[in-house]
Amino acid sequence: MAEISAPVPSRRPAFAVSRPVLVLIILAVLALASIVLFMTLGARGGWDFVIPFRGKKLLALILVAYSIAVSTVLFQTIANNRILTPSIMGFDQLYILIQTAIAYFLGAQVLALMDPNMAFALKLVLMIGFSGVLFQWLFLSGDRSLYLLILVGIVMGVFFRSLSNFMQRMLDPNAFQVLQDTLFASFGSVDTSLLIVSYAIVAVASFVLFRMRHTLDVLSLGRPTAVNLGLDYKRVVVTLLVIVSVMVSVSTALVGPRTFFGLLVATLGYLLVGTSKHRWVIPAAVLLGIICLVGGQTLLERVFSFNTALSIIIEFLGGIIFIIFVLRGATR
Amino acid sequence: MIIASEVTKAYGETCVVDGVTLSLPKGGVTSIVGPNGAGKSTLLSMISRLMAMDKGSVTVDGLDVSKTPGDVLARRLSILRQDNHMTARLTVRDLVSFGRYPYSKGRLTADDKAHIERSLRYLDLEALSERFLDELSGGQRQRAFVAMVLCQDTDYVLLDEPLNNLDMKHAMGMMKLLRQAANDLGKTVVLVLHDINFASWYSDNIVAMKHGKVAAQGPVAEMIRPEVLSDIYEMDISVHTIGGQLISVYYG
Repeated sequence: MAEISAPVPSRRPAFAVSRPVLVLIILAVLALASIVLFMTLGARGGWDFVIPFRGKKLLALILVAYSIAVSTVLFQTIANNRILTPSIMGFDQLYILIQTAIAYFLGAQVLALMDPNMAFALKLVLMIGFSGVLFQWLFLSGDRSLYLLILVGIVMGVFFRSLSNFMQRMLDPNAFQVLQDTLFASFGSVDTSLLIVSYAIVAVASFVLFRMRHTLDVLSLGRPTAVNLGLDYKRVVVTLLVIVSVMVSVSTALVGPRTFFGLLVATLGYLLVGTSKHRWVIPAAVLLGIICLVGGQTLLERVFSFNTALSIIIEFLGGIIFIIFVLRGATR
Repeated sequence: MIIASEVTKAYGETCVVDGVTLSLPKGGVTSIVGPNGAGKSTLLSMISRLMAMDKGSVTVDGLDVSKTPGDVLARRLSILRQDNHMTARLTVRDLVSFGRYPYSKGRLTADDKAHIERSLRYLDLEALSERFLDELSGGQRQRAFVAMVLCQDTDYVLLDEPLNNLDMKHAMGMMKLLRQAANDLGKTVVLVLHDINFASWYSDNIVAMKHGKVAAQGPVAEMIRPEVLSDIYEMDISVHTIGGQLISVYYG
């Protein structure tokens, strides 16, 4: 019968072509719902108080979600593997070290008196410089094994943290107090004074990224293929590392280090859209980040009336994903 | 014409490629053969700017590979290596489309699409075009990568052991295809091969390397001779004429 020998339908039916779109729509709806709930749930008192109060916090959470998600996806593309993230490689610990070192060497008075935007700019420049030097050689000088990279990252993270702790112990109590004010933030108490300048910096970084968006997919083919296709590999990698440093600095400045959050949203993003194209993966990871942070914060603050547990839950889930990936040897 | 002069690469104390001076003519198929560790792949990587050389220079049609902008070179010369590790999850068509990147920077024109279809057809990948690379066999994946390189439509096509992972049928098919690309499309194909009989059957010229140096270079008839081969591989190799082709026998 003719029907039997009819050609086998192509492996991906029509709806699968729009799968990334479908996923993005669902994620956008969920993210929007989280935002609305975050703003309205359990609101008492006048809206003219609630909106600015929660709005600032919301804007900070969204910026953090965006920065962590984008920087993680970019970093994974540079490293050409799905396990490494900026935080696993010690980027955010480096930022804290820089902050501590400024307080230690310049003195806490300078830190306290300095215009906060100036202070932030100074930290940012130092961060870009140091992370550039530290991480360029890892990615630009040939192939390195994944396990070496993870090991280097963990060692660096611990090293930076110990050095920060050491310097903090050496500070006099007053200076330490000043430093602590700038260091310890959490999702519960986001530092909103830096919000505008953070948005501006991330907007600039995102614009640069948007201009070079076509290089990302090529980069994810691995260095030899990317070079073969004419990509100016070194320039692209250095630029992306600067963008990553900027975004990590912003998110760390706002809420402190988050080790596995980026891994969680990037991995879920890749999983859900089912393709590696950055134009789908990056929005998906960002939306997932917003859902996790804003939705999670709402749930914990309003429903369970906890305050600090969100980061613990996120880190727990992200950590499990990390272990699964390492055990599976997902890449290489 | 590809000209390498005094090209040197050392890892620590060991010199992998030792002052190689070599010119590869335009057109035809040139095979680079030699024992393991002779520096064949390293030389190919340096010619194609994947690896920086310690000393020396390489020019392709007069363009110095270490100074010419990457995208200019990517329209002249393409390279395919043995292992192509990537994290990206792509379909065959996606991969082949990347071959047009040097021209279109991600925005495919109608002309690019025609090239993509032609490459898919040329490598008989049309039926597999929507499959993901991780769902393919090693040989099919290899063909997809070759399709990408052909889609890049460069005058020079460099391949590092393209017959790895291929069974006899597909290895033969691949060599026929490369021969055809040289004959019909006027490509210059340079490849690293381990099987000297494939090199003998399908190439115009053979370059033999040993200990990081070019041991001998010439047309097939001059190279596939017992004294030349035995010297390069340090074993007894006899050469017979079978079906008009020079076939080496070295199994015992």
